[in-house]
Amino acid sequence: MSANPSFSRRSFVGGLVIAISLPACKQSPKSSGELKVIETNAWLRIGTDNSITFLCDRAEMGQGVYTSLPMLIAEELGVDLTRVKVEFAPPGDQYINNLIGGQITGGSSSVRDGWEKLRKAGATARMMLVSAAADEWGVDPRSCKVANGVVLSPQFKKLTFGEVAEAASKLPVPKNVPLKPATQFTMIGKAQKRIDTPAKVDGSAVYGIDVKLPGMLYAALAQPPTLGGSVKTFNDEKARAMPGVVAVVLTSSGVAVAADSWWRARKARDALTIKWDAGPNGALNDAKVSQMLRKGAAGPGRVARNDGDAAAAIKGAARVVRADYELPLLAHATLEPQNCTADVRADGADIYVPTQVQQIAQAAAAKAAGLDPKQVKVHTTFLGGGFGRRLEVDFIPAAVEVSKALKKPVKLVWTREDDMTHDAYRPPAFDQATGAFDGKGKLIAWNLHLTGPSITARMFPSVTEKMVDPFAIEAAANYPYDVPNVHVDFQQQEIGINVGYWRSVSHALNCFVAESFMDELAVATKTNSYEFRKALLEKQPRYLKVLDLVVKESRFGYPMKGHFHGLAVMEGYGTYMAQVAEISVDGGKVRVHRVYCAADCGQQVNPDTVVAQIESSVIFGLSALMWGEINIQNGRVQQTNFDSYRVARMTDAPRIDSYVIDSSESPGGIGEPATALVAPAVCNAIYTATGRRIRSLPLSRHRLA
Amino acid sequence: MTKLNVNGNAVEVDVDPETPLLWVLRDSLGLTGTKFGCGMALCGACTVHLEGQPVRSCQIPVSAVGDKPVTTIEGLSKDRSHPVQLAWIEHDVPQCGYCQSGQIMSASALIEAKPRPTDADIDAAMAGNICRCGTYQRIRAAIRRAAEIKSGAA
Repeated sequence: MSANPSFSRRSFVGGLVIAISLPACKQSPKSSGELKVIETNAWLRIGTDNSITFLCDRAEMGQGVYTSLPMLIAEELGVDLTRVKVEFAPPGDQYINNLIGGQITGGSSSVRDGWEKLRKAGATARMMLVSAAADEWGVDPRSCKVANGVVLSPQFKKLTFGEVAEAASKLPVPKNVPLKPATQFTMIGKAQKRIDTPAKVDGSAVYGIDVKLPGMLYAALAQPPTLGGSVKTFNDEKARAMPGVVAVVLTSSGVAVAADSWWRARKARDALTIKWDAGPNGALNDAKVSQMLRKGAAGPGRVARNDGDAAAAIKGAARVVRADYELPLLAHATLEPQNCTADVRADGADIYVPTQVQQIAQAAAAKAAGLDPKQVKVHTTFLGGGFGRRLEVDFIPAAVEVSKALKKPVKLVWTREDDMTHDAYRPPAFDQATGAFDGKGKLIAWNLHLTGPSITARMFPSVTEKMVDPFAIEAAANYPYDVPNVHVDFQQQEIGINVGYWRSVSHALNCFVAESFMDELAVATKTNSYEFRKALLEKQPRYLKVLDLVVKESRFGYPMKGHFHGLAVMEGYGTYMAQVAEISVDGGKVRVHRVYCAADCGQQVNPDTVVAQIESSVIFGLSALMWGEINIQNGRVQQTNFDSYRVARMTDAPRIDSYVIDSSESPGGIGEPATALVAPAVCNAIYTATGRRIRSLPLSRHRLA
Repeated sequence: MTKLNVNGNAVEVDVDPETPLLWVLRDSLGLTGTKFGCGMALCGACTVHLEGQPVRSCQIPVSAVGDKPVTTIEGLSKDRSHPVQLAWIEHDVPQCGYCQSGQIMSASALIEAKPRPTDADIDAAMAGNICRCGTYQRIRAAIRRAAEIKSGAA
């Protein structure tokens, strides 16, 4: 997206939609002069100059949708990927993610959601373009071919897509257009160069924080130091007198200072004197959070899985094993801090924002501006990291309110400290696991009682009104092992602050518990971790395949001298995964040398991105495992920057080897799942290395990192 | 008015002298390729070259720059042809890409100083650049490739 966006005006003529671009684009020699851009469907714009533009309706936050989604449409449409330009789509119901129910990027769902939909859109467009060309030639469309955006007649006449796009848009839309079989894919399943790489190596890619509008002011925001606090009174005399300061504005999020540069705005913000109302969480601290969860665990929980009668089986069992696990709050720590640029006018508003939720962002901006959502244009930029942070819209209202008050465009940027201390943190958890064996040592019961706050109850209450929070029971309700009595439940226990979706959501919480505890059970029966799982996965071929593959490739159980292995298995987002971590413990500190990851994610779209996402997810999980925790004292988050919230660096990075199974099953998601297996794989290795069982994270709290 | 030499151009900016070079580049000169990540020289996203040396521009007041040449990501090459940029494209290193300007500036200074960097050299030169997307493995491979390209190897 360019920092100085061009506009497009649309005129609706009956059922035909023609978007006319301003003459910054080059003219087509064949046209009568003016370039026209045809809206072929919700995602495709075809210019009379044969330019092909894909409107990307998902946020590009590193996971590669900017390339993998156009691949889906280009494959069926019949254009080379190198010919496709990508822009970000506006909010719109036509862009709803059918797996989630809104225009939302998350849940490792973009490719899964687009898999049929975008291919169908490409194939339908191709059929209509060919029909239009065939009409012009007076030939049977079935005798025509397509090669890279050109339709070829049986007599080798040519018409470009650009030349027939307008005529094609007047044709009736065919239903049920057949899609290519996988054997005919020319692009899908073959590694493609990322379309956004060039802009990301020369500094030209525009992130939210880079947006510049004519006449724009910059703003910095003083937010309450306690979570959920508010402004009582403030003194802005000193701030208003500082150079470049234009105004001080009380917003719904805190006190904002607007100035002619961000540095000046930030300096003046620091010169404000503010009396805060600590709010309901003024006395909150880590001990209280832990107490609330342990107390809440006395509740029965809502059932997520119930096979047989686990309670009875446990009661009558020959041997019962029990363990409690505890997990901390985590920050998202996107490298680009939160920001929003707002241009509010009497008749409407434009916001420029790194968002994963275009429609929710639009609604939040409209509410803050006192406008109808239809009057608000949302321009999505590249995201400097998402990880679920940008599913929130808390950084939008203040920017809108300041712009509205000052009648000027305003870019409001958070500092790292603002960001670290004002997040919707990954929820903490207190989880209780029970396994029971019969007299022959067979595992006959598995019980998992999960306790923690619910993100979904806040963000999508209509869901949790009807059912147990589906985003609290991942990698738990789907317990795959062949055990006759399985009971999993989730007890919602709020802790007074907002919690948010963080890469792999409850997979990260529950896989740590489930796969660590499976190892505890293996140890209890003196069985090897691999053999113990293998025997219980006989009915699960896709799990077995990745388990066997990772064991083979890592030479599980036979590491080099002084190294130790740990194993974990999981299905999430329709993807089956197994990991082996290879560690050593030196001077009492854990060093992760290698992570082996076997994955079955069905049909891969861009295989290079699949590997990249596994590597990315592993590093993300590693940071959390080693050092990730958010501490609260007197309602204030204690971590403020990367010195107090440590994350993995080049020097911490293990070698990561990915083994991705070739498959033509429906695609599974790959942006998140690998994050969840790192902690149990490493902690299982720690047990093998030291005999020490880790039941709470991060490792730094045990002085192991 | 403060005079600066940025990417080979003589420029003049009207800013408070203690303004960090980072914000002068981004807001006064419109060179937004250099990024803000932490403001405390912890993350490396603001890395530029000062007389060819990698520095964290968020910690350098503009008054301390003088006439020393400043090179930003935009000035590394005209057309993405620097060996590091070529290697980054070959390996498709960036994911979200926000850290990559800083990574590239650190890496380019590294191979200038050490034409055949060892793993230890790479660790030392790159440890200050955080990547939340975890592209470290590819960065390492791309640095080795960049060194090859620079030395004229195939």
